[in-house]
Amino acid sequence: MRRTVRLDGALAGVVLSGAAAIAAAALLQSLFLVFISLIWAAVFGFAWSLRRAAADDDHASQPGAAELVVRDFGTFIDRRTALRMVGLSALLYGPFRAMPVVLERVVGGSQGALQQPVAARIRQWTMIIDLRRCDGCQSIDSPPQCTLACIEGHLAPEPMEWIEVFEAELEGEGTRFLPTPCQHCQNPPCVNVCPVAATFSTPEGLVLIDQDRCIGCRICMAACPYDRRFFNWGEPPVPPEARLADYDLEVQTPARKGTVMKCDFCPDMVRAGTLPYCIQACPNDAIYYGDLEEDIASNGVDVVSITRFLADHDAFRLKEELGTQPRVFYIPGHGEEVGRDPQRSGRLPTRWPWTRQAEGSTTWSR
Amino acid sequence: MEPLSAWRARLEETTLGPTRRTTPAYYAFVGFLLAVLGWGIYAYYVQVRDGLVVTGMNDRISWGIYITMFVFFIGISHAGTLISAILRVSNATWRTPITRMAEFITVVALTTGAIFVIVDLGRPDRLANVLIHGRWQSPIVWDVTAVATYLTASVVYLYLPMIPDLAFFRDRLATKASSVKARVYKVLALDWKNTGRQKTSLHRAIAIMMILIIPIAVSVHTVVSWIFAMTLREAWNSTIFGFFFVAGAIFSGIATLIIVMAILRKVYRLEEYITERHFVYLGYLLAAMAGVMIYANISEYVTTGFKLEEGEEFLFRQLFVDEFAPFFWFYLIGGLLLPVALMFIRRFRTVGGIVVAAVFVDVGMWLERYFIVVTGLRAPLLPYEPANYAPTWVEWSITAGGFALFALMITLFVKFFPIMAVWEMTEERSEVLAARAPSPVEEPA
Repeated sequence: MRRTVRLDGALAGVVLSGAAAIAAAALLQSLFLVFISLIWAAVFGFAWSLRRAAADDDHASQPGAAELVVRDFGTFIDRRTALRMVGLSALLYGPFRAMPVVLERVVGGSQGALQQPVAARIRQWTMIIDLRRCDGCQSIDSPPQCTLACIEGHLAPEPMEWIEVFEAELEGEGTRFLPTPCQHCQNPPCVNVCPVAATFSTPEGLVLIDQDRCIGCRICMAACPYDRRFFNWGEPPVPPEARLADYDLEVQTPARKGTVMKCDFCPDMVRAGTLPYCIQACPNDAIYYGDLEEDIASNGVDVVSITRFLADHDAFRLKEELGTQPRVFYIPGHGEEVGRDPQRSGRLPTRWPWTRQAEGSTTWSR
Repeated sequence: MEPLSAWRARLEETTLGPTRRTTPAYYAFVGFLLAVLGWGIYAYYVQVRDGLVVTGMNDRISWGIYITMFVFFIGISHAGTLISAILRVSNATWRTPITRMAEFITVVALTTGAIFVIVDLGRPDRLANVLIHGRWQSPIVWDVTAVATYLTASVVYLYLPMIPDLAFFRDRLATKASSVKARVYKVLALDWKNTGRQKTSLHRAIAIMMILIIPIAVSVHTVVSWIFAMTLREAWNSTIFGFFFVAGAIFSGIATLIIVMAILRKVYRLEEYITERHFVYLGYLLAAMAGVMIYANISEYVTTGFKLEEGEEFLFRQLFVDEFAPFFWFYLIGGLLLPVALMFIRRFRTVGGIVVAAVFVDVGMWLERYFIVVTGLRAPLLPYEPANYAPTWVEWSITAGGFALFALMITLFVKFFPIMAVWEMTEERSEVLAARAPSPVEEPA
């Protein structure tokens, strides 16, 4: 007997707290739906009161509208009208709340399952780019190898350069090269503005995009202060084999028309124990990848302590003053360690390696 | 003085006029608008088929004239709120004959503006994601919220004061009109019998809505501006952006109302009710708002231009000297200074002069919206050459389709609904007559 009573109590507790949670979520998420419902409820309530008043033949002269507001605002809504409005808005509110769920059942796409690391310690992925060792691949007379490898590895649509090598003026004479991947901000402006959480931060500090959810509004591109987001303006120009892959948001293949893409920091590769394409391809070993949590990074040749490496070489981040807190650090330089002459400017343009494009695809210019 | 009943009968005939006569010119105009709209729809079909690659937009200037149209038309929608709600609250009775048009422009402009957000989407098929996965931290969702609320409220605010006139249409057209049309008027008129309690009820409902709609309208264009101001772009990093957008919205809204009013007045011979006085008053309001806009521009450009932080120089050069300079100066001189100048000169304070000023204002404000969107995105974020943007035929076609849709909705509206608030005008007329003659005035049937 007592057991049953206790069970009932627990059940009631579960039901009540569930109801409270639903009510709280509904309140937070749908204030405007409530508001619209109230307006419509007021209209219906008003229609009802007009019908009732239709029988009345009172012809007494009426005061002006503004006067009425001041004088009668309190008495406009009597108890019955109020109850009716609440009831009607509840009736209208239900379908409004149910609509998203129904829509999701009907049209909702498959959400790419993001694989969470099982390890107790959560990695904090970081990139360090040693500009002293970057010569824009001038010495090997090639377009930047990091960009090419990234394109080949990700089958990135033309003309997207997820890691793009810019050439910046030095304070004195000459230039330096600036390989620029997505900065993987810890206060990411793109994530903050996305209306549908298609772009999001992971516990490992990466900013990823779900191309199955993106609606293509492009506010993230307006928000990104690093020009690191790319849009599939048409059917993405990729090689035919890219279409055969099962979609995975961690590798962003196959690319989808009308959605945004960018550097993903290759979480699948580091999980498999290899360095990202750009790092593997760099002929001067200028890029390091590592884990802030373990304080260790590697360019494939050396292993460094991240904190000491950054401090010893006066590392900086791009547009630090914006407060975006990027996960990409730069060691200042202009290729001096690999013998680059800063007066020699220009790098070769990027080429997309595949000879055949998937059917129906189009290329555009940046 | 003409008795009220005769005056009212004439007003009723004028208001019923558009629903009775349909001239060949009307059909030709509707046909023309449908053709333009159809062409716009075809262009949109091409865009959906091939993707946004058919537009002039690119990764670096990723918004163009679609977002310009969105901001412009949401701005136009402030016509109804200002003329109708603010003037109603302040008891300015001269606004009565033009409130209906203003309120209708609001609804039509909001619809057109909202459509352009969808036109701009890369994946319109996933529009429902905004409801399914909406994030309340995103300015886009604030916009969806605000525009949906404003559209709801303004439809109600258009409808409520129209009820007695719908009843008048029901009574006068029920016998002649087709049974479907008669039934629609009957349903919409909600058993209106012009009784005292009904009037009290209606006055109260209108009074509540007119106060409710003002903060909604202000919030709408504020959050529209926040789509830009919530990003880390130098050109949009401004605390007065919300105010700037609301002021511009009211400004262009008044201009559009003046143009629509002038056309309807001419076509349907409303000169007795919509007089030169209405144009002059609206012209004064236009000049006053031009002053506010000039002040806002000075605040914005002098504070940033004096210091000229890194990056500002590029923005100033492209606006005042380089790429955009001719049109930007046109906006400053033609769109802001000219309306004030015209209103100062008595010779131009006529219907024609004010309509010219209104056209300049609308063109100027469209350009201003364009500059805000495009010049803000054009400034390079990293060391690369600034990108360029030129709208393609697809974008221009869809834009023309948008304007055609706006005009078409107004054209069709006047065919089916009373274009002036007959009952309110009669009420005010009877008050005026009652004030003049001590004898009690006959109540209109």
